[in-house]
Amino acid sequence: MKTTGSGFWQTTTLLLVGVGLVLFALSGYLSPLVGSILSPLVNIQEWLATRYMAVYEFITVPRDVATLRARNQQLEQEVTSLQAQIIELQQQLREAQVLYALLDFARSNPQGGQYVAAAVIGKDPNPFLKYVFIDRGSDDGLRRGMPVITNQGLVGQIDAVTATAARVRLITDPSSIVNVRIEPHRSEAQLVGSVTGDLTVEMVSQEAPLAPGDLVLTSGLGGTFPADLLIGQVISVRKQSNELFQSAAVQPVVDFSTLQAVLVITNFRPVDFTPLIPTTVP
Amino acid sequence: MLVSILGIPIFTILLMLQLAIVSRLPLLQGTADLLMLFVIGWALHERVKQAWQWAGVAGILVSLVSATPFFAPLIAFLMITAIARLLQRQVWQTPILAMLLMTFIGTILYHGITYFALFFNGTALPIQESISLVTLPSTLLNLILALPVFVLVNDLAHWFYPVEVI
Repeated sequence: MKTTGSGFWQTTTLLLVGVGLVLFALSGYLSPLVGSILSPLVNIQEWLATRYMAVYEFITVPRDVATLRARNQQLEQEVTSLQAQIIELQQQLREAQVLYALLDFARSNPQGGQYVAAAVIGKDPNPFLKYVFIDRGSDDGLRRGMPVITNQGLVGQIDAVTATAARVRLITDPSSIVNVRIEPHRSEAQLVGSVTGDLTVEMVSQEAPLAPGDLVLTSGLGGTFPADLLIGQVISVRKQSNELFQSAAVQPVVDFSTLQAVLVITNFRPVDFTPLIPTTVP
Repeated sequence: MLVSILGIPIFTILLMLQLAIVSRLPLLQGTADLLMLFVIGWALHERVKQAWQWAGVAGILVSLVSATPFFAPLIAFLMITAIARLLQRQVWQTPILAMLLMTFIGTILYHGITYFALFFNGTALPIQESISLVTLPSTLLNLILALPVFVLVNDLAHWFYPVEVI
């Protein structure tokens, strides 16, 4: 009887302890304890698994290491070759995109101009000057003074020509002056370049309602450029009441730093005013 | 004579590199001048005898290609060679220092001559912007390029003028 009673209490105690542990575990009170016990076990398990996998790979790896190495080398060469091809194709794609844009412009231009496409192959070595070199020359019908454009807008004018190349003075050059018209109020002005490559419209009448956002186009005055070629947009106006004219900074539509290909308008010849300039008669 | 003639293809290659690459790597508005550095390095080398000829070749090539008026590059390169030869006779024991000093002087001189050539040609540049945005960045780029160019020119000079072992 006594033994039976003792067993009952033992069982009950164990049951209560067990239930208590379960309740403690469920309520999260045992987490730090469980964690501190499991952490070294997990580390040991990880160490064992790693070693096991190393041994397993060592046993199951193919024995022909030389063949694998050769194959690896061959694949690496193929990867290198393919990467080079990708770079080359990307370059060709970029060039094709530029040329397609120029072609679209030439086709869609209602003025019916004749164009020669050329690639930009260099930049003037003197940092004070803004000139570029193109890979078309007099053999392709290029002459001094012909306007140079992109599908976006005016780039400059041919300054010197050889048989196979030409030098183009950009409109950003400090010595460049272009007669322009500012839309929508049709004010006449002069666009000048600078040593920093910034463009400024000057000689704008004080009465002109010049404002940021106005478009700047060639006016055709002076006969050096055809009319209505887009140049850029006014970004800030400088107007002082004590000055005769107002001026404005212009953001060009053409990005001159990444100029790759251009179009030369070959059926436009600049007007030569030299015979009309009066000379001193003795 | 042969060395003088060899200057033509060497400077033609350098000019192509200058037009296609170096001029397209600006710092603000300034760019390095590979040909000027080569002329300086060549003129500073003690064994070189054709410094004037090479400076003339470089100056003529740049003058023909560039839009700089009045053959200003030729005048600048000849003046730079004159100063470099003078310097080489004085402090030739420290050629790297001479190279750096001449790079600084040469850049200032070349840009000064260009400034006046453009001024007399009718293009007046704002002097403050020209110095801060073109000349000083160009000087820095030239000083950075001066050492590799000096090493290259040194090797070339040793190749053209080998040491005679007695």
